[in-house]
Amino acid sequence: MTGRTPWDDARAREMIAAMSAEPGAALPILHALQERFGYIDDAAIPAIAEALNVSRAEVLGVVSFYHDFRRAPVEGATLKLCRAESCQALGCEDLVAHLSQTHGLEVDRADAGGPLAVETVYCLGNCALSPAALLDGEPLGRLDRDAIDEIVTRTAKRRS
Amino acid sequence: MSARIFVPADSAAVSVGADRAARAIAKEAQARGVEIALTRTGSRGLYWLEPLVEVETDAGRFAYGPIAPDDAPSLFEAGFLSGGAHPKALGLVDEIPYLKNQQRLIFARCGVIDPLSLDEYRRHGGLTGLNQAIAFGATRTIEEVVASGLRGRGGAGFPTGIKWRTVAGVEADQKYVVCNADEGDSGTFADRMLLEGDPFVLIEGMAIAAVAVGATKGYVYIRSEYPHAFAKFSAALERARAAGLLGRSVLGSGRAFDVEARLGAGAYICGEETSMLESLEGKRAQVRAKPPLPAIQGLFGKPTVINNLLSFASTPWILAQGGKAYAEYGVGRSRGSQPFQLAGNVERGGLIELAFGATIRQLVEDFGGGTRSGRPVRAVQVGGPLGAYFPQSLLDTPLDYEAMLAAKGMLGHGGIVVFDDTVDLARQARFAFSFCAVESCGKCTPCRLGSTRGVETVDKIIAGRNRPQNIQLLRDLCEVLTDGSLCALGGLTPLPVLSALDHFAEDFLRDSPRAAAE
Repeated sequence: MTGRTPWDDARAREMIAAMSAEPGAALPILHALQERFGYIDDAAIPAIAEALNVSRAEVLGVVSFYHDFRRAPVEGATLKLCRAESCQALGCEDLVAHLSQTHGLEVDRADAGGPLAVETVYCLGNCALSPAALLDGEPLGRLDRDAIDEIVTRTAKRRS
Repeated sequence: MSARIFVPADSAAVSVGADRAARAIAKEAQARGVEIALTRTGSRGLYWLEPLVEVETDAGRFAYGPIAPDDAPSLFEAGFLSGGAHPKALGLVDEIPYLKNQQRLIFARCGVIDPLSLDEYRRHGGLTGLNQAIAFGATRTIEEVVASGLRGRGGAGFPTGIKWRTVAGVEADQKYVVCNADEGDSGTFADRMLLEGDPFVLIEGMAIAAVAVGATKGYVYIRSEYPHAFAKFSAALERARAAGLLGRSVLGSGRAFDVEARLGAGAYICGEETSMLESLEGKRAQVRAKPPLPAIQGLFGKPTVINNLLSFASTPWILAQGGKAYAEYGVGRSRGSQPFQLAGNVERGGLIELAFGATIRQLVEDFGGGTRSGRPVRAVQVGGPLGAYFPQSLLDTPLDYEAMLAAKGMLGHGGIVVFDDTVDLARQARFAFSFCAVESCGKCTPCRLGSTRGVETVDKIIAGRNRPQNIQLLRDLCEVLTDGSLCALGGLTPLPVLSALDHFAEDFLRDSPRAAAE
């Protein structure tokens, strides 16, 4: 899902220019940049502002409003763990505690260099198979402690 | 002729191994030299049976599930291609009571057809409604939708036909049709299932709306938590354009209409229609004050029809069968069918499309079979994070718009989340406020600040500090949010909080907070 190409200013400007004529282009541009580079570099803000003829503050306001957009690259895998009501009813908070106690992984406190970052999301639409998560876009359902252990092991291996 | 096998590619089915099951079956067939035609469908919505594998036989489609990759050899040994006996055999899929006892109008094709085959869509009744709308023209199309009694399935329940009539009556050089597929309520997944399992029904419904109001451009706003749905729907759009269902002349009618899919970026507030418009315009998704109504000044300031995905998806059936036929389903002022979504701590979770009138208990007990944990049901939240928690004594409340309102709840998008007796409703009330705080767009003070004050006040109550005064303060705060918020996020956050206080008061008065549910 998330790109690993290092930030490339010239390429980013090309992408922005190609999309800037679309009505309401800001979100499609930001999604395209994040998909390619894995995050929105600071250099993108003035470039987008210029292309869309809006102020830098407005672009920054958009980037910071939405939970999805990242301002720094993430090295490892990302587990988006659902913590909404349906998953609460089947113990997602126990999985959060397990991640912390057994694996030293704090949700939403990304250790930028680590092999696995865990983020809170509210609902993945997999509520009949709670607790649910997305591991770099791969849907996971009926999670339990064993499944979490397996994810931690698998992502650690991927890095080494 | 090679045997036809169906395995869902629905992302929830994939989350429990549908891809692995499909690969194992294909590999086993190859090893045995058996020719099969494997179709990846959407899901039937019988999620506790996923991965659910179906086989076409002379008698109908036989079902097997849940299928693990290891089951593949034994399925072939058992002769499953002709419906052979197997420990995981479920018989004819249409005879499974959970499915048989539903009234599937919207979801008739979901899990049945190849979602990206327009030919199969047509063979299963697709495009009849749009052809009818084109033949009827705008006025009669709107009249059919008015006659159907269809109300907005996003939660607000506004009559769809009236909304269309308003947009049709405005003179403008450009009008838009916008589908709200920002399905953010926990416990809901009907939009996702249709986007993945029958995307053409949405395209057809939006094209019908375009005929009705004279729009030439449509947008579907899909949340980013649904990457599979976005990909599937985008693929369907390309097929629709290639086949002339979208483009300069929709189905040869001479009317132009095209649809674009837009991805959200993780903001619950975009389920609110005006903040979704802001987001589509490339701005911070902050709620707009109304008036002007989006029907008059909507996207880019132009008249805009905004409906929930399920509302659009209901209209092909209405146009094909007639508004009157649709209105024959349901009760009171809740006409037609509602796709309910049963989730949380429940034995048989899934999609249950029923005519309005069933009770919460029928859904939770008859369809759901009680809790997954085997413990007693203690609370049922209906309508997502802004919906009320119902205790056992209110489970006979019918699931229709008016009855839910009378019970100080709301139907919302039809999500039903079951909790067993380990739930702590004071914690759930705290979560309602903290969710509101995280997702508030920040435009109005009651929501932006009241949500955080709510978290703090519930914390004090849980900790046992000045309980009577703080409970009174909490009720006052809820009144401010209800009356003073600009939109439903702040306005309805009090529903889960007050229902917890009213029906589960003991949870706020405990000596020590209960441990989180295991």
